[in-house]
Amino acid sequence: MAHTETHSHDYLNHQKGLWSWLTTIDHKRIGIMYLIVILFFFLIGGIFALLIRMELFSAGPTLGIDPGTYNRLMTFHGAIMVFMVIVPGIPSIFGNFLIPIMLGAKDVAFPRLNLFSWYVFMLGAIIAFASLLFGGADTGWTFYTPYSIRQPNGVIFLVLGAFTMGMASILTGLNFIVTVHKLRAPGQTMSRIPLFVWSTYATAIIQVLATPVLGITLLLLVAEKTLGVGIFDPTIGGDPVLFQHFFWFYSHPAVYIMVLPAMGIISELIATYSRKTVFGYTAIAYSSLAIGAVSFIVWGHHMFVSGQSEFAGIMFSVITMLVGVPTAIKLFNWIATMYMGSIKLDAPMLFAIGFMFLFTIGGLTGVWLATLGMDVHFHDTYFVVAHFHYVMVGGTLMAFTGGLFYWFPKMFGRVCNDGTARISWVLIFTGFNVTFFPQFILGAMGMPRRYFDYLPQYESLNQISTVGSWLIGAGFLVALFAVIHGLLRGEKASNNPWGGTTLEWLATSPPHHENFEKTPIVSVGPYEYR
Amino acid sequence: MYSWLNINLANTFMPVEGTDLAGSVDNLYIFLLISSLISFIILIGGMTAFIVKYKRRSANDKTAYITHNNLLEFLWSFIPFVIMMVIFYWGLIVYNEYRTPPDDAEEIHVTGRQWVWRFAYKNGYAFSTKPANDAMVNVPLGRPIKLIMTSGDVLHSFYIPGFRNKQDVVPGRYTYLWFKATKVGQFQVFCTEYCGLEHSNMPAKINVMPAAEYDAWFKAYVPEASAGGLADRGKELFNERGCTACHSVNGTRIVGPTMKGLAGAKREFADGSSGIADDAYLRESILNSGAKIVKDYPAAMPIFKGQIEEEDVTALIDYIKSLK
Repeated sequence: MAHTETHSHDYLNHQKGLWSWLTTIDHKRIGIMYLIVILFFFLIGGIFALLIRMELFSAGPTLGIDPGTYNRLMTFHGAIMVFMVIVPGIPSIFGNFLIPIMLGAKDVAFPRLNLFSWYVFMLGAIIAFASLLFGGADTGWTFYTPYSIRQPNGVIFLVLGAFTMGMASILTGLNFIVTVHKLRAPGQTMSRIPLFVWSTYATAIIQVLATPVLGITLLLLVAEKTLGVGIFDPTIGGDPVLFQHFFWFYSHPAVYIMVLPAMGIISELIATYSRKTVFGYTAIAYSSLAIGAVSFIVWGHHMFVSGQSEFAGIMFSVITMLVGVPTAIKLFNWIATMYMGSIKLDAPMLFAIGFMFLFTIGGLTGVWLATLGMDVHFHDTYFVVAHFHYVMVGGTLMAFTGGLFYWFPKMFGRVCNDGTARISWVLIFTGFNVTFFPQFILGAMGMPRRYFDYLPQYESLNQISTVGSWLIGAGFLVALFAVIHGLLRGEKASNNPWGGTTLEWLATSPPHHENFEKTPIVSVGPYEYR
Repeated sequence: MYSWLNINLANTFMPVEGTDLAGSVDNLYIFLLISSLISFIILIGGMTAFIVKYKRRSANDKTAYITHNNLLEFLWSFIPFVIMMVIFYWGLIVYNEYRTPPDDAEEIHVTGRQWVWRFAYKNGYAFSTKPANDAMVNVPLGRPIKLIMTSGDVLHSFYIPGFRNKQDVVPGRYTYLWFKATKVGQFQVFCTEYCGLEHSNMPAKINVMPAAEYDAWFKAYVPEASAGGLADRGKELFNERGCTACHSVNGTRIVGPTMKGLAGAKREFADGSSGIADDAYLRESILNSGAKIVKDYPAAMPIFKGQIEEEDVTALIDYIKSLK
């Protein structure tokens, strides 16, 4: 390799042309490729969400679509947002871009495997969208049996798409685990890695251990549907509730795959914008691992009224309560980090504060749902819809957007306009609460979820919710504008525009294609504001 | 239109309580609401105070260097833990109310199908809801009712918001839900497990009547001459299907075990295990007799799975239960 020639080049112009991107093994370029496709999927999933809310604007048919179309919209909104946006989002984009830089490494441990993961992910996404050519799927993203077994073949494509994207998730997780263990800079012990790396590392462990179960479950579902083997279909001796056990054995840990990396971003943002060392670094790091571990034995809290044994329900309830403890630890630690800090409310910090506000509501209502006697009433109502949107959108997407504005100068060498980014925050934050808070009340009033139509007493709150969804849509459009404007016209970024202390701020903006000209040597913790 | 602003509803937003259990649930709900509000104010209030107080003054602000505090960290782990265990235990107590039907509960059989509910009473009265038609399910005030539920196709879930009660309805097995209504009136029923095209259009209404009125209604129903009560229908099937060739109804042994006194009795099985002959056992033994063979009897009974309608299984079980 012509080392001297590329010396002054950053990773963006190190090589040129589409082909150089499609064959790149540079973790930063792969991160950017994930960013582009995931933002595209987010746009599609978001349009579906707006259509769902439009249909629910009034009781009775609103958009002139039939219930079958609505059910497919609802299914694809869920499947796209879960399997193509929120699960892969933060690890694949920011994890890929940042973990090697934060560790002072040149790349991830297996760069070719990393590129392969991107292609596997894209293949899975294409298979999933191909479902639309075969009648689509209207099962909900959960594919509950025996309903899913009796639907057209579009279901098989969506299921195989999710299976394939799961493979990509496993490979990415494996790559990160090895990278964190083997490629840390000299002197960088495990207690000196940034908390974003810790949380992505905990996530990677869950990805590697839980995703195979989803893969097996989905393959069994396809086998049941095509061969009729009799595992889940009661008419040939199967057990439909068994599917739920298998499904949630992955999909509950998956909730933490979705939210742990977001918590990592929050730790970084709060430290930088408070100019303060993170309070309780060890507690936050290990609470990620604790959440990851406990998340494997709480799946049955999705099934309190499914017909599983009462004893199982009781055990799942008490263990689920335990998840609340490490979650509370994180919230308290972040707030304690702000104590006696020097707090600047730039747009990324606003998103972090939005995360704290919304995630606290999402977390507290999670305790309600973990409570046996309470969940019987709330299960499968809009209360649950509100709760998990507070966690996934209010939590993960807020952190994602904050992280995007925070690391944008590092990724592209330019700064987004802070004022525009703040406007997007105001719209998203307000719109989010207007959309989803009324849904808690709808749930208390007994409105079931996945309903194409509803009784007139639920109409006014649904209308408020729909208006809120327009605000969220407008907010993300403004954010997109800020990003595009930043790319084209943004001010040149210095190497460390926010005063961060983690290693990525030592690299140039954008970084050299091998990240650092000279491998950094680490002698202190990640947040040394003295 | 904005009736939700009505102050009475705004107290809890929960539907009108139709059972004592709904009251227990609502007490728990209020407790969760208040404790969550307090937690939220502590967390977000604290954060807001810090944001205001420690606003950045200059680019070179010196900040305190505080890495951790063991006592604080112990307290904010331990106190939430204790609160959550209290919530768990309270939830458990309420859950026990849900899951322990009184022995004298009157049974109504419910079958879910895409996208109707079928209700079968002991007196032989049975009817199906039609989509968009709020058919009335009559029940007496102040007496426990147990719904024994199964599905003829996919998963459904039987949800009565006014009773705060919900139970999935699963094909291939029985689940139950019980309640004791304490308020005369009509209570909405929804399906809450996604079941396809008309999932949102599968309503019914529980109609709570004064007990005397209910009894009069129940007795006034005269089954058509051919049909009879649920157990009568079961008896007819029992003869029609040739069950009598192997099973007596008077306690004598023919080929298989007698049906007399079977329901609720303890059974010893050939593999050494044992169990109670409850609804689930009877159902399994009718449909898939080989699953549990009673000790000292031959495994001779044919498989009836797919041969008998779900409603007929219900009738047979009811007949067997009547053979005390």
